[in-house]
Amino acid sequence: MTRDRCMKIGGVCLAMLGCLPVVARADEASLGTSASALVSGISAADTVWVLLSAALVMLMTPGLAFFYGGLVRRKNVLSILMQCFMMLCVISLQWVFCGYSLAFGPDLGGIIGNLDWVGLATVGMGPSDYAGTIPHTAFVIFQMMFAVITPALIIGAFAERMRFSAFVVFSLLWTTLVYDPVAHWMWGKGGFLGAMGGMGAVDFAGGMVVHINAGMAALAAVIVLGKRKGFPNTISPPHNLPVAVLGAGLLWFGWFGFNAGSALAANHVAVSAFMATHIAGATAGLVWSILDWLKFGKPTTLGMITGAVAGLAAVTPGAGYVAVSGAVWIGLGSGIICWLSVTALKAKYQYDDSLDAFGVHGVGGIWGTLAVGLWGTKAVNLAGVNGLFYGNPIQLWLQAKAVLMTMVYSFVMSLILFKVVDFVLGLRVNEHEEAVGLDLTQHREAGYTLLD
Amino acid sequence: MKYIIAIIQPDRLDDVLDLLTQKEIHLVTVSNVVGRGRQKGISEVYRSHREAGTLLKKIKLEIAVNDEFLQQARDAIVQGARTGQTGDGKIFVFDMQDCQRIRTGETGPVAIG
Repeated sequence: MTRDRCMKIGGVCLAMLGCLPVVARADEASLGTSASALVSGISAADTVWVLLSAALVMLMTPGLAFFYGGLVRRKNVLSILMQCFMMLCVISLQWVFCGYSLAFGPDLGGIIGNLDWVGLATVGMGPSDYAGTIPHTAFVIFQMMFAVITPALIIGAFAERMRFSAFVVFSLLWTTLVYDPVAHWMWGKGGFLGAMGGMGAVDFAGGMVVHINAGMAALAAVIVLGKRKGFPNTISPPHNLPVAVLGAGLLWFGWFGFNAGSALAANHVAVSAFMATHIAGATAGLVWSILDWLKFGKPTTLGMITGAVAGLAAVTPGAGYVAVSGAVWIGLGSGIICWLSVTALKAKYQYDDSLDAFGVHGVGGIWGTLAVGLWGTKAVNLAGVNGLFYGNPIQLWLQAKAVLMTMVYSFVMSLILFKVVDFVLGLRVNEHEEAVGLDLTQHREAGYTLLD
Repeated sequence: MKYIIAIIQPDRLDDVLDLLTQKEIHLVTVSNVVGRGRQKGISEVYRSHREAGTLLKKIKLEIAVNDEFLQQARDAIVQGARTGQTGDGKIFVFDMQDCQRIRTGETGPVAIG
């Protein structure tokens, strides 16, 4: 019922684009006999939703750039924006060249995809095993945006002290050797962790593949790179909190594409995921504020936006599997756990996870992925799982195993890659460059001028 | 001719400017500055990390006056900026050698104000 309605709405939207018939005819002419495959089984509504979601997820990378960019010092704001945009450019190309094939291509032993789809060969416009009602290429586009933002999340750990060249090389290697395999384990057909022929752990939109993965790489970065000069006592506060709030707002907005789009169809699962996403973000933002209020006497703006992002990260693996009540619990848990990780854990061990990439994304992702094993329910998604509170304790065990394997693999591989890049290129700018700032020393630009 | 530099709390600026205007002292240059003194200030909290910033935001006023306006200028600043708390600021007074109005080329006391 909902599907029909969505198809009608989607059809109307498409029909409003006046040029569409011309384009369609041109496609038929050029595609020849495959033109029939273009039509059969493809839903216009689902395709519209997935493409729009891909655009929303793309916007999260600039959003993240502003979220992180506002939190660093004036002299490093461009370096953050530049690193994020570099991911958009480099990883997108990596994705069509080999990334998609490694992550989602025909399975090799449950570990990785083969190279059959390098250059998107034979991917085409027909339905795929991953999504039966949208063109395969739409799925490639949607997943490309995930591959872009994941290495960008790590930036928060090594902000203000990483050489740009080393950053580019590391990110490219990391995406190819860590992100692509882990995505295959969980989401690839035949991947050994996931539900498509694997052990049956689930990750709806990337709590494990994206957030734990990036969070563990962030922890490795912190260990290899060390602290910024002056950390923790003489580092200036965030140079532009309003910009950080804008970035967090864009992230929240984009997250609807990230999570609800991961239904890969304009259906009830997308709606449920949308609701869960929003409610978890709202809950965690509120919880973090209250904790700040109790501990420091005032609710802080930075605390609220950090909490919201933590809640959104935590609900990502369960967005399409939990009910609203589950989302509230996930938001509540992530608000408390991530707040503790940033307040107590970081303060105790004095590691310079500069913008809390591990403390928010890593910890939030771990909590959220485990939480699917608690609050998952087939009542919202028949293709989903029941968790402990819905009579299926084994799911919690499966989730825990998947979390642990991802944590170990990502951490160890990231540590090795950082060491290798450090040995070959040198990861860290010199002391003088760090003091002057990365904008001037890495890019020969300044974010702000004093006059005019 | 005297040259006054006053460092005051940012939130006292409007009152000080009002009082200066009342005493017909219009010539004033205002800057945002940071500095430190005996005052500890309000500590800020960022993601649970308390920043005990050693440099505090202040306002710097620069005012050139003829000798007969000196006392009124000082009174205006003190009256507007004084709260009785540590950190109210300072007034520095210098002898000024000369002054020239760029538009007309006038120099000396007539060029002020």
